[in-house]
Amino acid sequence: MISRRSLLQAGGALVVALSAPAAAQVLADGDKALGKPLALTELDSFLAIHADGTATLYSGKVDLGTGLRIAYRQIAAEELGLASDRIRLIEGDTALTPNQGPTAGSTGIARGGIEIRQAAATARAALIGMAAEKLARPASELEAVDGEVRPIGGGTGIGFGALVGDRRFGLKVDPKAPIRPVADYRLVGRSLARPDVPAKVTGRHPYVHDFVLPGMLHARVVHPPAIGASLLAVDEATAGGARIVRIKDFLALVAEDEWTVVKALGTLKATWSDSRTLTGHETVPEAMRAGPFEGDEVVVRKGDPGPVLAAAKVLTGTFYWPMQTHGSMGPSCAVADVTSERATIWSASQSTHRFRETCARVLGLPVQAVRVIYLDGAGCYGMNGHDDAAADAALISRAVGRPVRVQWTRQDEHGWDPKGPPQLLSLTAALDDRGNIGAWRTEMWLPKATANLPNIPLIGPQAAGIVQTPGLSTGLISQNASPPYACPHVEVEVHWLKDAPLRPSNIRAPGKIANSFAVESFVDELAAAAGRDAVEFRLAGLSDPRGIDVVKRAARLMDWQSRPSPGPGGVGRGMAYVHYKFNETYVAIGMEVAVDRVSGAVKVQRIACAHDCGLMINPDAVRAQVEGNILQTLSRSLFEEVTFDRSRVTSLDWSSYPILTFPDVPKLLIDLVDRPNDPPLGAGEAAAAPVGAALANAIFDAVGVRLRSVPLTAERLKAAMG
Amino acid sequence: MTAYSFSVNGMMRTVEAEAEMPLLYALRNTLGLTAAKFGCGLGQCGACTVIVDGQAVRSCSTPISAVEGTKVTTLEGLGTSEKPHPVQAAFIAEQAAQCGYCINGMVMTSVALLAQTPSPDLGQIKEALAGNLCRCGTHQRILQAVSRAAGRAAP
Repeated sequence: MISRRSLLQAGGALVVALSAPAAAQVLADGDKALGKPLALTELDSFLAIHADGTATLYSGKVDLGTGLRIAYRQIAAEELGLASDRIRLIEGDTALTPNQGPTAGSTGIARGGIEIRQAAATARAALIGMAAEKLARPASELEAVDGEVRPIGGGTGIGFGALVGDRRFGLKVDPKAPIRPVADYRLVGRSLARPDVPAKVTGRHPYVHDFVLPGMLHARVVHPPAIGASLLAVDEATAGGARIVRIKDFLALVAEDEWTVVKALGTLKATWSDSRTLTGHETVPEAMRAGPFEGDEVVVRKGDPGPVLAAAKVLTGTFYWPMQTHGSMGPSCAVADVTSERATIWSASQSTHRFRETCARVLGLPVQAVRVIYLDGAGCYGMNGHDDAAADAALISRAVGRPVRVQWTRQDEHGWDPKGPPQLLSLTAALDDRGNIGAWRTEMWLPKATANLPNIPLIGPQAAGIVQTPGLSTGLISQNASPPYACPHVEVEVHWLKDAPLRPSNIRAPGKIANSFAVESFVDELAAAAGRDAVEFRLAGLSDPRGIDVVKRAARLMDWQSRPSPGPGGVGRGMAYVHYKFNETYVAIGMEVAVDRVSGAVKVQRIACAHDCGLMINPDAVRAQVEGNILQTLSRSLFEEVTFDRSRVTSLDWSSYPILTFPDVPKLLIDLVDRPNDPPLGAGEAAAAPVGAALANAIFDAVGVRLRSVPLTAERLKAAMG
Repeated sequence: MTAYSFSVNGMMRTVEAEAEMPLLYALRNTLGLTAAKFGCGLGQCGACTVIVDGQAVRSCSTPISAVEGTKVTTLEGLGTSEKPHPVQAAFIAEQAAQCGYCINGMVMTSVALLAQTPSPDLGQIKEALAGNLCRCGTHQRILQAVSRAAGRAAP
């Protein structure tokens, strides 16, 4: 491998080697730009035009496998008037990219893309202005097309490279710079192929797992057998050829070659204190009702449901969504090169800019001395173990004075990645005399996210005795907890819990999956109680035309026949709808299932989805996100629950934490609503939200049994059917 | 340490290693072939799949001593972005990768399947890939890609 290494030194600080020379070249080119502006207000933070007429785009948000890598190019290329393959993209390098916030919350296009669009529009106006001077013609007579500014209607133009040529613009991003009208789009709205797919499919795409530095050591972290256990003793004679790194309760093994450290992980004898801080996963719902609580909060209040619900015949239902893991296919990995003065970290972090500050605090370095460089990891779908592994690597590198690669094991990732928080909802509702929703109350028990928490407390630094701000991170998990249908009296109250059984973090579509599962299952129960068809019941309560449209489209895809649930037996069908966060993407999902009444096994046959996220930059990339949202959430709904005993997580591999496999995959029918004149709303999360309820509703329609706890396993369904 | 010789992507290679070291570490760290990925080390996910003498095997749990004298093919050995193998070309045409971490195993398992069953139906493809996990939810595109490579209509 050494012969493949290309040693590059640039900017006086960074030494890089990658097994893929192309990737090393990209990083080296990037380093020529060190010292460039980074502020969100500066055009040069986002964009550089080179002498050869190509451009480099600098994005603080990163492509997590979602297609931003092509979408950002399309957006910038469209505004500039440049071919998209003439644009290089540098993502998530804290020394080169503006801090656009974490790549989270389905904001990649809706916020990150819009910032890039405005920067590129500013650049176009500036380029036209420069050309106007040189050509001695008014700017209004010029246009930017195909990498040059030329007279509208034809004539000799000047190339972008000749106009700017690696010089900085020195301009602020102009929030009023005109953007191109939708009618003129040539690139946005087209399904251009993602540039990273060929390299991924031929094994040349550089992942952080593949990254190598000269002199780099391999490391594994030895996590304790119980959460909260202290390290009492280590038998150094059992480490084989590996070196032991111990910082208080932080224990790691390091060696020149990876196999030595893998073997040592198997042979090392360490003695830990007993620790029983957990209650076991079966008891979580009761424990959540018991508290302790931070307090109660009414998050939605319309009318006064109390008196109505007291006077009417009500339906009630309690719904539970368990803790789940992100389940990344590659356990977290990071490479760190740390000295007493500076640190460089290569990480698949969703938020390199935030992690840079975290890393500076952990290492006691000034922020300016830390650089975090994004490299792809395995899909993370929220905060998995990537920041933990990066902090581990930083601590070990500092301890041994060499660059270090930390690779978590499968058991590390399943056992120690921060988990999607548990959610418990108790719903009460009544029908009015016309069979519509008359009053609704949601009472929910949720772990409270700590306000202004600088970072999720990372387990390596914690074990090493480094002080971090304590607190919980969950994402915005109380949204979409009320029905998206007309109802005069609605209340949603949250009982905020002080703690969670395991360290929580954001997991895809935080909270909205569980809340939509409860709300849209319960809406189905109300429709059934009213003796009404589930689609008609929903349409009767919808007034937003975009919501009505997706429900109708999903029903049409499924050839939905009007009748109440449950059906006559055989194949069951269910419908669920979400208006994501009540102000983003609209999704309706229909599902068809067959249930084996003997075993309780559910076979999902077809899933239909209508999806309206406004303007689509790249419809095929949107489709891929919709497919992924559906299948991943189907997996979470059918199979997944993190199990734990008094001391530790016990679902530590793919056998004890099964996920969806190919034989489980249904036919997907997806209808993407094209609304190019509406703002882009995001596709990374919304389609996940209705999946659980559509499934539970289809099961109810098939067998007349309502399951209110995930996972909807064969055992549970069999027990419920009696 | 013993010297093990085997063909990798058509070239004879010799690797000095302990007999029980998994092939995955030889490929990734000694030979610089990083397409095969560490996913679980347990043979449960398929991210590390390579083809040994025509069979798809899990390199994370195949000791290097077991491949002495064999022909090993990795994803890099199938084709390049410029000249992809027909299965790789089908995956590109279907844009059948999100994060792409599992894709090595998907392509390698499919290549081994098609070598033995040139025209599998959808059920056979699903069965062949049943031990390959994907978390992004790329399954439908992967099924379309393998069907395309097999010359069948999209499922």
